Amino acid sequence: MILVVLENQRGNIHAFSKEAVSAGQNLGSKLGMDVSILCMGENASSLKDQANDYKSQNLILAEHDMVNTYSADGYSKVLSDVITDLSPKYVIMGHSYMVRDFLPRVSAKLDIPFVSDIISVAYDGDNPVFARQVFNAKLATNIQPDSNSNTTLLSFQSAAFSSDNIELGGSDAASVFEVNLNTEDIKSSSEPEFQESASGVDLTTADVIVSVGRGIESQDNIPMVESLAKAMGAEIASSRPVVDMGWLPSYRQVGSSGQAVSPNLYFSVGISGAIQHVVGMKGSKNIIAINKDEEAPIFEIADYAVIGDLMEIVPKLTEELQK
Amino acid sequence: MKIAVLTKAIPSYESSIRIDSSSTWIDESVVNFVVNESDSYALEEALQIKEKLDNGSEVVVVTMGSQDNTSKVLKDGLAKGADRAIFIQNEDSNTDPLSISKLFSQSLKDENFDLIFSGLQSDDLGSGQTGVLIGELLGMSTATLGIETDIQDGEIKIKRELESGWFQWVTLPFPASVSIQSGINEPRYPSLKGIMGAKRKELKVVDGQLSDSPKQNFIKLFLPKTEKATEKIEGDVDGIVAKLMDILKNKLRVIA
Repeated sequence: MILVVLENQRGNIHAFSKEAVSAGQNLGSKLGMDVSILCMGENASSLKDQANDYKSQNLILAEHDMVNTYSADGYSKVLSDVITDLSPKYVIMGHSYMVRDFLPRVSAKLDIPFVSDIISVAYDGDNPVFARQVFNAKLATNIQPDSNSNTTLLSFQSAAFSSDNIELGGSDAASVFEVNLNTEDIKSSSEPEFQESASGVDLTTADVIVSVGRGIESQDNIPMVESLAKAMGAEIASSRPVVDMGWLPSYRQVGSSGQAVSPNLYFSVGISGAIQHVVGMKGSKNIIAINKDEEAPIFEIADYAVIGDLMEIVPKLTEELQK
Repeated sequence: MKIAVLTKAIPSYESSIRIDSSSTWIDESVVNFVVNESDSYALEEALQIKEKLDNGSEVVVVTMGSQDNTSKVLKDGLAKGADRAIFIQNEDSNTDPLSISKLFSQSLKDENFDLIFSGLQSDDLGSGQTGVLIGELLGMSTATLGIETDIQDGEIKIKRELESGWFQWVTLPFPASVSIQSGINEPRYPSLKGIMGAKRKELKVVDGQLSDSPKQNFIKLFLPKTEKATEKIEGDVDGIVAKLMDILKNKLRVIA
């Protein structure tokens, strides 16, 4: 049996969880396994209503006052108990920040493998093999979890599977899992989620984005890229290192911890293309990337791969555009 | 307050990454190893907490791996201000986060750290699990992606980064294992005095052997496939710029 676990995101099923349902159904049909869906913790009963149409063998509800707000302590305890009870072969979730926060705890509690941030699945006979990116996306690797393990935990990177492919038809059964929690199980406390004052720019509506990465080398070179953006009528954006170094404000950041954008043109300058950045911009309709490293992972998703020195190309291109 | 900082030696961004003959690891002989970026932020956060508390707190840098790759990492940590170092010697190219974490836990158990800081993930394997796994194995409370910390009486408040510009404050009792997001502070450079002093600091070497078999392993490294038909543009600068102008104007029509 395959167990897909849904995550709440401010009242709705998290987009990554929908993709996880699709992944679970796909794996289930390849391996001849039933798929069950678990709605647990925060907002669980509403998640269950929203998941009502998804095809599954069993739609399971696990609620408790002590996990009405997320905690790594509470969620890892509840999911470990569900796994111990149901013995699923695979437990599937989206690779969200919440999953990164608590799913390793389940791995350690139950002494089972957790293969995280999977981009695709291949099959070696009846054994699934999971691919993930390593070495800053310069390489990928196939991973085979220990086949003696009763359960393997899996998290899928966004867009590894499409939620458009979710099979509908409802669940054959619905059940309630009796959650057992004591006050000593939850040591941490959490406050409500919040957004920082949105003094920033909405990059999601920009038609053209010029985005700058660590290849810019120094804050002194930022105006050079700003001139290019201006000449192109584009918004300026950046990858995380540029924000970390304080060269651009955080609301300019594109990536998993910043904004997710899909402009008509994403013009990337000196960005290597680490996974955390790429998830925020791979939906762009056209991608031009300048990088001096021919093996930069950004080129794998670029339509136009410009191999050269941005310090030379950017000023010259700006000059041409200004003519 | 006794704080451990887990640091890792990883290939630098500029290093060329080549798959070795085993197909399960890279050729390390052509790689320049440096400190994992988010680990530098974790160390800085620990040093700032120590300086703020000013009550005999201790910061210990911990790393695992082979002597050749990791010695620089420990030296760097000690030179920046860590009080001592623990080196878990393990030459295996083990890629299983759980068995790596068991090794750390075995080696660190008796130290009874109040806090363990780690970078949010290593830029080589990138599993992002170690800090949380070790926390669970050692019975600590855990949090990830800390972007601000605040030590209070018997507990630590952490501002966690969530997706898309959202945040959340969590409060954990000690002992706690917390992974640190990059950008939380400005990592310092080692001073000359620090570099000289590092040589006199304690470096404990622990033999890291694991009896358990790994729960998962790399079975084959490969070059990622290009998802798109990518057109390469290279050559002299004038040629590149002319080509880009043509694309912007005539193919993508983003300029008039």
